Amino acid sequence: MPSTNTIIRFTTIAAIVCWLGLVMVDLMIGFELSNANVELGIPRFLPGIFLTGYIVSLFFHYEHRLAGADNLNFIELLWRVFVTGLIATIVSVFIQFFLSFMVSGSKLAEHDLLLSLLYHINIGLILAFVISTFLVWKKLILYQKTKSLLRTWQVFEYSFLASLLFHFIPHVRFDIPFSLIFAFLVALGLVITPNLKWVAFLNFKQKWKSILLILLILLYLGYFLIYLLDQRDNELLISDLSNHVSVLSIYTFIILYAISSLLVTLFNLPTTSVFEQKLEEVVNFQRLSQSGQTGQSQDEIYDLLLDSSMSASFATAAWFEFNHNNENTELITRNIKERELNNVRTAIQTQAEKKTKRPGISSRVSPRNDTLTENIKHSLFKSVLIYALEVQQEKIGTMVLLKEVSDGFNNDVVNIINTFGNQASVSIENYRLLQSAIENERYLEELNIAKRVHESLLPSTLESNEYFEITAFSKPADEVGGDYYDTHRISQDKFAMIIGDVSGKGTSAAFNMSQMKGVFHSLAQIDLDPREFLVKANHALGRCLERTSFITLSYFVLDTREKTIQFSRAGHCPSLYYDHSQLKLNFLESKGLGLGIIRNEEYCNYVEVNQINFKPGDLLVMYTDGITEAKTPTGEEFGYDRLKQIVNENIKKSARDIQKAIIDGLLEFTLADGIEDDYTTMILKFN
Amino acid sequence: MQISSVLEDGSYVITINGDVDASSSIMLDEAINKAIREGQQHILIDCVNLNYISSAGLGVFMSYIEELKAKNSRMVLFGLSERVENVFRVLGLDQLLNIMDTKDQAKQQAHG
Repeated sequence: MPSTNTIIRFTTIAAIVCWLGLVMVDLMIGFELSNANVELGIPRFLPGIFLTGYIVSLFFHYEHRLAGADNLNFIELLWRVFVTGLIATIVSVFIQFFLSFMVSGSKLAEHDLLLSLLYHINIGLILAFVISTFLVWKKLILYQKTKSLLRTWQVFEYSFLASLLFHFIPHVRFDIPFSLIFAFLVALGLVITPNLKWVAFLNFKQKWKSILLILLILLYLGYFLIYLLDQRDNELLISDLSNHVSVLSIYTFIILYAISSLLVTLFNLPTTSVFEQKLEEVVNFQRLSQSGQTGQSQDEIYDLLLDSSMSASFATAAWFEFNHNNENTELITRNIKERELNNVRTAIQTQAEKKTKRPGISSRVSPRNDTLTENIKHSLFKSVLIYALEVQQEKIGTMVLLKEVSDGFNNDVVNIINTFGNQASVSIENYRLLQSAIENERYLEELNIAKRVHESLLPSTLESNEYFEITAFSKPADEVGGDYYDTHRISQDKFAMIIGDVSGKGTSAAFNMSQMKGVFHSLAQIDLDPREFLVKANHALGRCLERTSFITLSYFVLDTREKTIQFSRAGHCPSLYYDHSQLKLNFLESKGLGLGIIRNEEYCNYVEVNQINFKPGDLLVMYTDGITEAKTPTGEEFGYDRLKQIVNENIKKSARDIQKAIIDGLLEFTLADGIEDDYTTMILKFN
Repeated sequence: MQISSVLEDGSYVITINGDVDASSSIMLDEAINKAIREGQQHILIDCVNLNYISSAGLGVFMSYIEELKAKNSRMVLFGLSERVENVFRVLGLDQLLNIMDTKDQAKQQAHG
């Protein structure tokens, strides 16, 4: 498919070639006719072919030139037609001038061939003008096309092109076949003419420009028509345009459409403003509907609503009152001062009271209860429209529009205000939803970060040696947990172990836990006895914990050479110890206050340290209160006894198996549903 | 959870009905705060209908220990169920807070 530019160039050349051919052939025939003894043997149908070729080339040329005009600017199109006509007219006038003054009287002026040539130049220009105008009219007509219109136009176009061939059939101007074809084409033209919707889209200034341009175009058309009619039946002419039914029909159509456009534009001048008004309303509506999503605040939406409503109703003044964050009433005003505003409010109030005393007084309430129009007694304003803005069945503001004439708000305006109001309401709802969605996302993001922090705080490996095996399991409640456990190898034979629970949930618990980890790893290296550890840990954490936060801990120092376990308990649930030699399973008693409760040197009085000598087969079960406080759907707690029982039943197993038994028992008990807290176990079995 | 506060025979009695979890602990906080602001010297906490207390609730109690001492006020809890009392004991708060069985005992402790 050759590009548009190529086609334009090709058709330009084709047109020029055809025109030149036409001129040559006509001149030669003319010469032949006037000199009887010359025989050039030019076939008589040749001029017709060249003329047809010329017209067809022009047709495709202008069609492709206009195809580029994608942004339909009506004035621009009219302007093009005007310019083409102007050029054609100027050249034509110049030719007349040339003939009349320059060479009048001389032999040259009478010369047939020259006259013929000049005629051909004229018709070349006229045809160019006519075809280009025809195609511009096509663009205007098909501005808002329907399928049927398109089909009708295509029939018209093809008929016109087909009628070019009629020329080759011998005929006389306006004989029966000629007249029939002419009538058919003109009738089709008349059917198509009423497609003038493009006129409605012109604003006031554009309409005046169009009127001027069309008048001038009609002027050219008239001038050319006179010329053609004047020249008809001139024996010198071989190609007489007035003999071509196609040309005549098209000419008629162009004139008809131009006149219709002129009249319609003229008569639509007074109603231009209505169309523009409607257009503006639509634009305002669109702005309102997008305002919620583009992140404009509620105040900006109120502004938009107020301005749009004022413009649509031609109100002189207006205000919007609303509750800002459920506190005081705020006002947005247009063209009215607060004092005047209060006067108007009083006037409205008076009117409302009058109405309740005498029902039936004229005041219009719209079918929906949120719009009210009223005539009021006031020095300046005579009528008022009151609109209540509701979002999700909650009244959030009132808009009042004022006009200086009575009955200033008709039904049409009330409907539009309602539409605006509804859209504003939707936008505000959207805005609120968007805000809460953003907040939610922020919250989830926070939790996500805290979860990753939490995951990084738990140990990846647990320290041990050949004297014991150790295993641990921890499951956080929400995305973030507050349980903490860890081990630290102090030396070849010495290990520190810690299990703890940071009060609270969520992000603050995670942060407290990370502080705990830091404290543990710092102090564990110093090889303190457990009581000293707790005292120092309390001192360090007391500075960073929130006012109502505390941490529970159990801290163990294991010495596999001395075979001792030293431990202290700070408010944490007491660990279970199994003495293998005595076959006794008991909770380890140890006095100890949680960390962060007493944040001064008094704390050391509230913790003690204990020692156990361990033997092979002994078992130490550490856990957090997520296990003992886990509930069934009916509210029964798992409790210390049940924990002890499960450990007892599995006492011979490995640490890992015992842990699994505890977890399984826990899940079975709570029906895998009621564990709201983090839960953790850490189990040591001595080899 | 509901909290009610009454002045009774020279003691300020705060009664807790229900569970004290993270959200309702704020109410408890406000109640105790109000009592201290008003300068109450003898505060009783009725825990007869206290079913469960979370670490948030425990945190509320613990946060007022210093202030009570500074203002020379006495706060006594009474009527705790075994389960709830155990929670206080494990944490060690029983060493810092006054916990009694009955209301009369609590009154005595608060004024004694």
